[in-house]
Amino acid sequence: MLIMLKNITIGQYIPGNTFIHRLDPRVKIILSIIFIISLFIITKFSGYIFILLFLLLSVFVSKIPLSYIFKGLKPILVILILTVGLNVFFTPGGTYLASIGPLKITSNGVRLALFMGLRLIFLIVGTSLLTLTTSPIALTDGIENLLTPFKSIGLPAHELAMMMTIALRFIPTLLEETDKIMKAQMARGADFESGNLVKRAKNLIPLLVPLFISAFRRADELAVAMEARCYRGGFNRTKLKQLKVSNRDYIAILFTAILVGIIIWNRFWPW
Amino acid sequence: MSIQVENISFVYNEGTPFESVALKDVSFTIDDNEFVGIIGHTGSGKSTLIQHLNGLLKPTSGRIIVNGIDITTKKDLKDIRKEVGIVFQYPEHQLFEETIYKDIAFGPSNLGLSDDEIEKRVYDAMRIVGLDIKIKDMSPFELSGGERRRVAIAGVLSMMPKILILDEPTAGLDPKGRDEILHQIKQIHQMYNMTTILVSHSMEDIAKLVNKIIVMHEGKVSLIGAPKEVFKHVEELEKIGLGVPQITYLVRELRKNGIDLPDDVLTVDEAKKYILEYLRGVDNA
Repeated sequence: MLIMLKNITIGQYIPGNTFIHRLDPRVKIILSIIFIISLFIITKFSGYIFILLFLLLSVFVSKIPLSYIFKGLKPILVILILTVGLNVFFTPGGTYLASIGPLKITSNGVRLALFMGLRLIFLIVGTSLLTLTTSPIALTDGIENLLTPFKSIGLPAHELAMMMTIALRFIPTLLEETDKIMKAQMARGADFESGNLVKRAKNLIPLLVPLFISAFRRADELAVAMEARCYRGGFNRTKLKQLKVSNRDYIAILFTAILVGIIIWNRFWPW
Repeated sequence: MSIQVENISFVYNEGTPFESVALKDVSFTIDDNEFVGIIGHTGSGKSTLIQHLNGLLKPTSGRIIVNGIDITTKKDLKDIRKEVGIVFQYPEHQLFEETIYKDIAFGPSNLGLSDDEIEKRVYDAMRIVGLDIKIKDMSPFELSGGERRRVAIAGVLSMMPKILILDEPTAGLDPKGRDEILHQIKQIHQMYNMTTILVSHSMEDIAKLVNKIIVMHEGKVSLIGAPKEVFKHVEELEKIGLGVPQITYLVRELRKNGIDLPDDVLTVDEAKKYILEYLRGVDNA
């Protein structure tokens, strides 16, 4: 359990000062969305070559260790296996290859399973690159800024961004707290690692009750502290760090545009 | 029970960009029935160190031997955790049961004791920390901060460990609550012959209670010895952001001004005795 807690890399930011790290978060978010859309435009394996090149280049420039990229794939392993499995067995057509019991494997099935599996992997790697290179603060700043135009139709952009910031801010705090309480209870002989599912769930009570109490206490303290400093939403609030689109961002946009161009062009290739 | 710590080192998040060294080649011995104080600045590795003593953390290298058993290679640590009790910082944050009784009984019932034995231990523990038995069916969350801390300490004491480790047991308490808790810790040490380890920031508390001090600095042991010896290294302690008890500073200043007092005074009572002696000597002359 303790080991499990240490392996969460989703949303983890790795500090750095590379080209990718210094991109405007708004540009990074939009380019990530465009990247995802372009993934779904692809209909042939040959298109993936360009996605792969684009990703490799981005990872190389961002100096994120490859081990981190692979770690990020671990949580979706189950989904990946499920997707590949379902596609292999339940795609009709193509030449018959083999069968396991009543399930038939066809060439179309294998092709589609590989295709979907790769799409999923590229999707996760591409989006985790966004969170690995953007600090949570910059990320929410970017989201808030992008949502601002929707304020006129009643979308509480600032409040949403603030909620996200607070949630992200408290993930490490709560993990630390969990670790602390777990150790305190283990020192009193609590056992979190053995027994069947029901027993294990029951054994979690000494961990969960203090954790909830502390989460509520922290929320209350934070609310009071914010009020004491006259917090009243984003009303008339200015920012210390203004977001600015620079030459760097135009280069990134250009690169992504080239990728999208090639991929659309690729769709009409005969192979 | 004795503890031998042999050249242990510990690295947090080894092999990631967040890697940080918390302990570097730490060695010391704690003998049976000793009262040891561990002092050090925030981040000096004190808390990391004590978590090694009952196997909650495993050292990256080195060995820890508790009562002749090497706990760094042992798989089943339940026996060790029974013998080595740790009261963590702000222990009241670990309370979870509906009643005080049930919370204190959590440790002993994990040891698989009989109900009678558990009841006896809970009452004993409540008495030791100065809680009225009458409140045993109240919720711990109805109590004040100081009382809640006592419940939490009782929760560890009820396991009857042979070695008791307390990590800043007085943090955030008012002066009265602090004195009471420290007094009780001293009593526990004397009455039950528990080997006691007290982690603290307060030089005064440490000077009053312990018979051995371990000074930690940046993950290393920088000084070790009896309080009177350790507190003679004033400059060294100040350099690492610590100090000596206020009274020791006062006596040092008096000595600098030519007043003949011993150089190892650590408590106000001692100082009072020596200063009165000195004044009487002056009067008689």
